[in-house]
Amino acid sequence: MTVTSSTQWTVRSRSGRISVRLHRRTVWVAVVLVVLCCAVVLASLLSGNYPITMPDVFRALGGHGTLQQRYFVNDVRLPRVLVALLVGAALAVSGAIFQSLSANPLGSPDIVGFNNGAAAGALVSILLLKDSSLASTGVGAIAGGGAVAVLIYLLSYRGGVRGYRLILVGVGVSALLSAGIAYLLSRANLNEMLNAQIWLVGSLNGRSWEHVWILLAVLVVVLPSAFLLSKPLLTLELGPDSATSLGLPVGAVRRRAITVSVVLSAAAIVCAGPISFVALAAPQVAKRLARSVGPSLSISALSGGFLLAFADLVAQRLIPGSQLPVGVTTLVLGGLYLGWLLSGEMRRGRA
Amino acid sequence: MAVVSPPRPEPVARPKVNVARGAGLVAGLALIGVAVIVSVAVGAKDLPIGVVWDALFHFDGSYDANLVWDQRIPRTLLGVLVGAALGTAGALMQAVTRNPLADPGLLGIESGASAAVVVAIAVFGVTSLTGYVWFALVGAAIASVVVYLLGSTGRGRANPVRLALAGTVVTAVLTGIISAFTTMNARTTQSMRFWTIGSLINRGYDVLFDVLPFLVAGAVISLLLTRSLNALALGDQVGRALGAHLGRTRLLSVIAIVLLCGGATAAAGPIGFVGLAIPHAVRAVVGPDYRWVVPYSMVSAPLLVLGADVLGRVVLPTGELEAGAVTAVIGAPVFIYLVRRKRLGEL
Repeated sequence: MTVTSSTQWTVRSRSGRISVRLHRRTVWVAVVLVVLCCAVVLASLLSGNYPITMPDVFRALGGHGTLQQRYFVNDVRLPRVLVALLVGAALAVSGAIFQSLSANPLGSPDIVGFNNGAAAGALVSILLLKDSSLASTGVGAIAGGGAVAVLIYLLSYRGGVRGYRLILVGVGVSALLSAGIAYLLSRANLNEMLNAQIWLVGSLNGRSWEHVWILLAVLVVVLPSAFLLSKPLLTLELGPDSATSLGLPVGAVRRRAITVSVVLSAAAIVCAGPISFVALAAPQVAKRLARSVGPSLSISALSGGFLLAFADLVAQRLIPGSQLPVGVTTLVLGGLYLGWLLSGEMRRGRA
Repeated sequence: MAVVSPPRPEPVARPKVNVARGAGLVAGLALIGVAVIVSVAVGAKDLPIGVVWDALFHFDGSYDANLVWDQRIPRTLLGVLVGAALGTAGALMQAVTRNPLADPGLLGIESGASAAVVVAIAVFGVTSLTGYVWFALVGAAIASVVVYLLGSTGRGRANPVRLALAGTVVTAVLTGIISAFTTMNARTTQSMRFWTIGSLINRGYDVLFDVLPFLVAGAVISLLLTRSLNALALGDQVGRALGAHLGRTRLLSVIAIVLLCGGATAAAGPIGFVGLAIPHAVRAVVGPDYRWVVPYSMVSAPLLVLGADVLGRVVLPTGELEAGAVTAVIGAPVFIYLVRRKRLGEL
């Protein structure tokens, strides 16, 4: 049954034990974003060096058309754009949780050094163990990201974790990791190094259905616990003292949130390399779109997916003949956005 | 009307203390001499001290002697210069921003210089270092202005945390731009690899002479500014009351910082954390007086850079680790310690 007020719908199960409040604005924003995502998917399927018309795309999706058309649409372009959507969503949710946790719009996995941690872990697998299989780099990335997360948390803990301290400690740890990555790279031969460098920027070239399934599996398992965290996180944004007095197990919520955040960003990094700025920008975009309090995870996920898929489309088509890694586009786009964000934050006297 | 108590005159340092501090500087210079010898002797091919000595004073044209003169000596001198520049720039930045977290690398000035150099190579096809230097200076200047504006818009002065965050952001963006250029073109990746992380490898004498004038100018300005920096450190009101020209001091400091960081980065790429850690270490020894902090930083930083460079040569079985990576390993813990301190006080 639904109860309608002017700005929100409340959906309850019959027993009334489960209820979800839907803000109208959020719903509309979500609908628009879904449409945008579909548009990006379609544009990605249509564009490329091998020209395919719109009707042919749909025919290929349905399993008809020529062999080439089916190959390009179903095995090259579709998995790539799906990976972009899923990676973007994973990064954005991870970023939203972390920003909420650090109470700072700059608290995102890429600034704080999770990315470097995961990248270092994956590089250990690629360069030292000579194993660039997904499973091995995945384990490496999750171990690296997790270790760094724990390290940063412990280092910035002084009778509680202050948002800015977490970030600055992260910057320091990130620098250490960069040195470690440089060390790993300098031990590699030129060919390995170039591959590793392209991987380090983040790219969606040659992504296949395998990556899609991995991401889907991770998201299906982890996203529900992420959504369950959104209310406690909102309470936590009031500050640890108020949250504790409201009966929130602050330490436990923090640890759960960090775990979810790390797993999501590690999955994204394994599948596409450490792509920067999506985790940082998407949650902030979502915040402004939804005009919500607290982390708006669903909108973050949608806008992250759209951002990354769009950035990849731009990266593929921007300079004909050269396939820029998508990480470069997100860096430049995200960077410009970030400067604007920061100056806004500072004008309001926060940060 | 409140009676303003006259500012206390600067305590006159006791002559004994000054003599001790002066002796410390001389000892520092002697240590640099030792570090230079070590840096010339140690490397992919370790040379006995005797061989180094002969190469320096009885040049006989042997392979080892040429190795010393063509490779090791320019590299070592560059390490001394770059170290001195970064240490001095760090001390100056900490004085001007009164920010304990100020560092040419952290506040994005070095990445500004690097990005400008990369653009010079990739877009304008500049190949001579004489050309890079100017790009690096412009990049350093732009980056420092942008970071300062980002860090100081809004209410209040630029506080330490804001500035550090602004620097982090600007560095991240510029890193992206740099990697865009390097990944687009595999050939430039190889030639620009040392830009992404500082190193002193394969720089000839021409590099030295190209950046020397900028570094010397920056160093001279810094040394002349030390008294005014002390006035700045007391805060604007007291400083003004003491008759310091705050605006002029800040402007000259920024010019010196840009000359030092731009020159150092053009020569060796971005080397982080030297400018952060050294002035703090120096302050622990000589106290907060910038008349001593600046020269001491100038003398101690080369020890760190040379040490890092030598370590980087020894640590890998083959090849080398860039000095910038080693200084990060040494400097980042210092940074984390500073951040962890109870109150991130202003200087």
